Amino acid sequence: MTVAFDIAILGAGPAGMAAAARATQLGASVVVLDEQASPGGQIYRNVDQASAAQHRILGPDYSHGHSLTQALRKSGAVHCAGATVWDVSRDGLVTYSKGGQPAQIRAKHLILATGATERPMPLPGWTLPGAMTAGAAQILLKSGALVARDPVLIGSGPLLYLLAAQMITAGRKPRAMIETQSRSDMWAARHDLPGALRGWRYLAKGAGLLTKIMAAGIPRYTAAREIALEGADTLTSVRFTSHGKPHEIATKTALLHHGVVPNTQISRALRLEHAYDQSQRCFVPQVDGLCLSSEPNISIAGDGAGIGGAKVAALSGEIAAFGAASRLGLITPQTQQAGVAPLQRKRQHELHARPFLDRAYPPATQSLSPADTTLICRCEEVTAGDIRRFAKLGCKGPNQAKAFGRAGMGPCQGRFCGLTVTELLAQETGQSQDDTGALRIRAPLKPVTLGELAAYDANSQET
Amino acid sequence: MQFHFEDRRLSAPRGATVASALLGAGITAFRETPVSGAARGPFCLMGACYDCLVSINGVTVQACMTPIEEGLQVCRVRPRLTENEDKA
Repeated sequence: MTVAFDIAILGAGPAGMAAAARATQLGASVVVLDEQASPGGQIYRNVDQASAAQHRILGPDYSHGHSLTQALRKSGAVHCAGATVWDVSRDGLVTYSKGGQPAQIRAKHLILATGATERPMPLPGWTLPGAMTAGAAQILLKSGALVARDPVLIGSGPLLYLLAAQMITAGRKPRAMIETQSRSDMWAARHDLPGALRGWRYLAKGAGLLTKIMAAGIPRYTAAREIALEGADTLTSVRFTSHGKPHEIATKTALLHHGVVPNTQISRALRLEHAYDQSQRCFVPQVDGLCLSSEPNISIAGDGAGIGGAKVAALSGEIAAFGAASRLGLITPQTQQAGVAPLQRKRQHELHARPFLDRAYPPATQSLSPADTTLICRCEEVTAGDIRRFAKLGCKGPNQAKAFGRAGMGPCQGRFCGLTVTELLAQETGQSQDDTGALRIRAPLKPVTLGELAAYDANSQET
Repeated sequence: MQFHFEDRRLSAPRGATVASALLGAGITAFRETPVSGAARGPFCLMGACYDCLVSINGVTVQACMTPIEEGLQVCRVRPRLTENEDKA
C-alpha cells in the first residue's frame, strides 16, 4: 500500500526545506524526499555535521542553512532521506529507491524543488580525470575532504570567486583564475548596474571576494579564449590565451564553472511547459506568481524554476507552500494573499542584482559553440562536429540527434549534453531554442537495478 | 577506515564517499569508458554526471553517492577489457 500525503516535496535544499516548514504550518501533511543523507541540498550540504573549521571556511551564508534544517526538523514533515526518486506521475505517485529497496508514496500536490546543476562547459579535454566542476570542489569542502591541491579555476561568475575565496581561507590557494568574461561584458552590463545597486549586498560580497583573491596574489587571466585541458590519461596542464597572449599552466586539477542552470529532469519527465530564457541561456519551467506549473497540482520552487540563488529559493519555497495549501483548500484566499505578498516583495528585492550578474558574467562562448573536435556528450563521446553534421543531414531537434548519434543516450540521460545539443542545433538550423526543443526525459530518472524494477512491479499493485 | 581499490590498501575518514576517499588518496581515474576506453574520474560529485562509476560487489555504482565502509573492495570499471576477456 502506498502512503498518502497532502504534499510531496522533491528535494531538501533551501526551497524544499522552506516549503516543508511553511506547508506543515498551514495544516498540510508533508513528505520531503531527498537523495542525500541529511537536509541542505547542494548549497547547504552537510551544514548540520560540518565542523567549526568548515563553517569558518565556508562563511556565514553557508551557516545560515542551519535555520532552514532546524525549521524542517521542527515542522513535523516526514523527511525521507537517502531516497532516489526515479519516477513521478502527474497524478502524484512518486516512486523511489532507498537502500536498494523500491517504495512509493502518493500526494495530492507535488512541489518540485530539485535545484540547479552546473551549466555544461564543454572544452577540449574536459573529460580528463582531474577536470571537475567548481560545484564538485565545493562539495568536497562541505564534506570536509580538502582534496583539490593547486587547482586552476576556469570560467566565469560569482561562484568561481566564492570558491577561490573559500579555498584561500582553507589554505588551499588556487594556482590561477582563468576567466572567460571580458571588459566588453562588463560594459554591456552597465545598464543593469543601477538596478543591481538596490541588491547591493550581493555586489558588496562580490567586491569582498575579489579583494581577497587579489590580496592572496592569485594570478587572474581575463578574456580567456582557446582554452584546452591537456594530458595523456589524466590532466597535466591547461593551455589558453588571455587578451590574445598564449599561456600554459601545469596543474592536476581544473575546476570549471560558467553558471548554473535549472535541473529540469523531473519537470521535463512530467511534460510540464518550459521556455527558453534568453538572459539566462537555458530552459526554464513556466510557473505563475504562486510557483504553480502548467499542471495545477504541481508547483516548482527554487533554482529548478529559474536561477535566483539560495535566498530566493527559500522565499519561493514558502510561496509555493501557500499556493499548494490554497489549492488544497487548507487556507482561505485572504490568508494566501496576506502570506504571499510580503514574500514576493522580499523575493523581488533579492533578485535586483541578477540581470547585472547574468550580463557581466555570461556563459563562455567557446563552450556554447564548441569546436568540432570537442566532446559534447561525455557518456557516448559525441563531438560538436557530429551534431553539426546531423544538422546538415536535416536533423532538427535533440531527440532526432539522439537517434542519429546517441548524444543523450548514456547514463547521465542528457544532463551534461542536452543544453549544448539544443544550442548547436539552433545555431546550425537558424531555429530558436524553443523550436529546437529539449531531450525527452523518461523514467527511470536514475538507473535502477533489475532487482529494484522487479520489486517495483510487485509493489505497484495498489490497495 | 580501511578499504581496497583494486589491489591497493587505502584509508579514509569516516563519513567519506568512495569518490572523496579515492580523490583523497590522489586517485583521479576511476574507470575506462565503454566507447573509446578513455580514462574517467569524478566530474560533478553530486550524482548527475555518472563519470565516477566504480564496481563494488559486481554492481556498478556512482562513487560519489556511495559511503565508504570498512573493508570495502572497490574495482575499476573496464567494460572494453571485460568484453575482450570474454572473446578470448
